[in-house]
Amino acid sequence: MASQEIYYVPEGSKWPIVGSLSLFITFMGGAMMFNNAPGALYVLVLGLAALVYMFAGWFADVISESLAGKYSKQVDVSFRMGMGWFILSEVMFFAAFFGALYYARVFSIPWLGGEGQGLHNGTHEFLWPAFQAMWPMNVMPDPSNYTQYKDTIPAFGIPAINTALLLTSGVTCTFAHWALKKEQRKSLCLWLAATVLLGFIFVGFQAQEYVHAYKDLDLTLNSGIYGSTFFMLTGFHGFHVTMGAVMLAVILFRSMKGHFSNKDHFAFEAVAWYWHFVDVVWLGLFIFVYWV
Amino acid sequence: MSTLAHDDHHDHKPTGLKRWFFSTNHKDIGTLYLIFALTMFFVGGSMAMIIRAELFQPGLQFVDPQFYNSMVTVHALIMIFGAVMPAGVGLANWMIPLMIGAPDMALPRMNNMSFWILPFAFALLISTLFMEGGGPAGGWTMYPPLVLQTGNAFPFLIFAIHFLGVSSIMGAINIIATVFNMRAPGMTLMKMPLFVWTWVITSFLLIAALPVLAGGVTMLLTDKYFGTSFFDAAGGGDPVLFQHIFWFFGHPEVYILALPAFGIVSQVIPAFARKPLFGYASMVYATASIAILSFFVWAHHMFTVGLPIKGELFFMYATMLIAVPTGVKVFNWVATMWKGAMTFETPMLFSIAFVILFTIGGFSGLMLGITPVDFQYHDTYFVVAHFHYVLLTGAVFALMSAVYYWLPKWTGYMYDERLGKIHFWLSLISSNVLFFPQHFLGLAGMPRRIPDYNIQFADFNAISSIGGFAYGLTQLLFVYIVLKCALGGKKAKPRVWEGAKGLEWYVPSPAPFHTFETPPKLTKEMLEH
Ligand code: HEM
Ligand SMILES: [Cu+2]
Repeated sequence: MASQEIYYVPEGSKWPIVGSLSLFITFMGGAMMFNNAPGALYVLVLGLAALVYMFAGWFADVISESLAGKYSKQVDVSFRMGMGWFILSEVMFFAAFFGALYYARVFSIPWLGGEGQGLHNGTHEFLWPAFQAMWPMNVMPDPSNYTQYKDTIPAFGIPAINTALLLTSGVTCTFAHWALKKEQRKSLCLWLAATVLLGFIFVGFQAQEYVHAYKDLDLTLNSGIYGSTFFMLTGFHGFHVTMGAVMLAVILFRSMKGHFSNKDHFAFEAVAWYWHFVDVVWLGLFIFVYWV
Repeated sequence: MSTLAHDDHHDHKPTGLKRWFFSTNHKDIGTLYLIFALTMFFVGGSMAMIIRAELFQPGLQFVDPQFYNSMVTVHALIMIFGAVMPAGVGLANWMIPLMIGAPDMALPRMNNMSFWILPFAFALLISTLFMEGGGPAGGWTMYPPLVLQTGNAFPFLIFAIHFLGVSSIMGAINIIATVFNMRAPGMTLMKMPLFVWTWVITSFLLIAALPVLAGGVTMLLTDKYFGTSFFDAAGGGDPVLFQHIFWFFGHPEVYILALPAFGIVSQVIPAFARKPLFGYASMVYATASIAILSFFVWAHHMFTVGLPIKGELFFMYATMLIAVPTGVKVFNWVATMWKGAMTFETPMLFSIAFVILFTIGGFSGLMLGITPVDFQYHDTYFVVAHFHYVLLTGAVFALMSAVYYWLPKWTGYMYDERLGKIHFWLSLISSNVLFFPQHFLGLAGMPRRIPDYNIQFADFNAISSIGGFAYGLTQLLFVYIVLKCALGGKKAKPRVWEGAKGLEWYVPSPAPFHTFETPPKLTKEMLEH
């Protein structure tokens, strides 16, 4: 807990308000896109660019403060707690989508198929008596608005390879950490590079899988609840992998510049935690989305 | 009286606009939050005035039904996300570092970002009122398929929710890191003031609940624009799924609004009863149990959508269970006052009113929590009466109590006690005139969210509207009292209230710009509560 050192409270900074403003512009641009408003794309791109500018500037400040030795052990603990609780909030975000998947499979589809008593099979009886519960569900209760798909992505193809890739990247990430602790700069950079590479290969495979699904299988976001949960879960996960890989790349770049010491490398650890989190979410996806 | 400030060092403040826009100071950011919350209280309040004006008589008088419903929707969103939550965070910002002997919040820059998101997010939300198709009018609960009929406002509504979520999550992370990492030596967890405890627990709720809402509204967005079918039975989804997701967030959310209020009242009552808080440890455990249980009761908002009978029973019993720790808290507040040397300054008046009126709201909640009974009450004015008792005469009264309690610490001046009392009594009477008749209206079957009503409901509605206007006007007095106190008055002593316990009373009034830059040495006396 509290030591006798002075806790570093930064001077006023423009980054927070720049961050709020750029998020505002981004959201506004996004919302305008949905409304087909003129110039929406420019607003969105401006917002995203401002966001990148903000992140770069804010982190540059933090890194230079860190290199200047302004951060005590206690500040480090604050950062650690911040990252840990942030990851928990991400877990809850994914939980909503896993919850939707569970709900569809355990409740809504069986009810639509006529299971249950009272109100529950009302929809089945009166609206779509022909509908039969199944999973993956490729005949919709009312097919008129939805795309029927030919097949789903089998678990033991690309997804299994991707599982191996991500798990391996978790291991290489840990090797990088061990190397850092032993102050072996070169092997730190090599293991990190391997991790980044594995991450991007994963994303590449995932992209290929999407193209295959859309082009060959007619499996799209519009393919009923199966397509909805499939693409939203894997899509948000893929986005997180991409972000994680970019962050790892930044850490690699910093490692090459000689940042971090065996005792002091919070940024490295934060990104490593994030990477493991993304890994665990993938395991959930592999099991519940692709496999069972 | 010993004070813990060292005035030897330069208490340098940044000046001009930079001080507020670039701030990394918990007190300034706290002030920003509080001013913002008060502003939003009036923006949301004027919408309530429009609602009450329309309901003053049966028939359609002033506004068309679509606009009426957008008022109902935006009023709720503003009051919840713009007034009560930011006011709570503002108090947390100001008081938690002072109460635990920390130099500032743990992550001061992020703290500033949490605040500055709010004006931008509400710009997104409020701008929708001027768009094609009008503002969102499907209720703050945003149920599909109705909400999917929203016009151009729709994506703005969704993104405003995301944006506010970002702010709240960052604020919550900051509070947790501050409390767990920044306490002065000797300030053990079980020595912390109860306000600090309630805020850590609230932060857990925020971190666990808000991302789920973010996920839910994201599904609404993709259902509308990307052809997904999360909430469309024709594609294998279910509109009821949204209700599950929403209320998994929504019920913890009502405790996000209520727990900080519990914390405030637990500070104020011992101060004016001049007795230690009765059952401190049981208060901590009760707060934690309420928080945990709040994740297992959500479907009491959905009794009438056709849940399986087992679900109805489970959620009914779980809901009843929450009354137990809540009862512990009410008992402890009352026991704290028992045989105390009580005085009735404005903060105490608001806190006592809180205890009584919040309990009334809790009782109506219990009635609503009984499944078969809720079939009659659901979506009627009885529900409106229930949540306004817990939120307005509950949470808002507690926030008022907190402002009167700590205002002298913030400004260095005493507020006008006579005016404070007048503000209290007018608020007390008007809010009860406003909301008590709504119980009867609901029991007689008046539905909520509809601008017109059957002639039989006319009298109670007229009374309720009169109470509403009176309450609204009374709050102008509050602004006057606060401004007057900020500008001058009787000098406040460091220990503003002689019975008050806690570290904040050992620093001068007004609290200097920087406090506790090195951890204070705490005596036994400072750690009492
Ligand atoms: C003893 C504790 C409580 C119980 C048993 C309880 C029970 C309920 C129930 C069953 C409903 C749904 C009624 C219906 O729609 O038919 C409800 C609605 C509501 N409650 Fe409570 N409640 C309690 C405390 C609280 C507290 C502390 C707050 C906030 C500070 C709160 C805020 C609300 C709100 C905002 C709604 C309405 C939501 C909406 O439909 O818009 N309640 N409550
Ligand atoms: Cu509830």
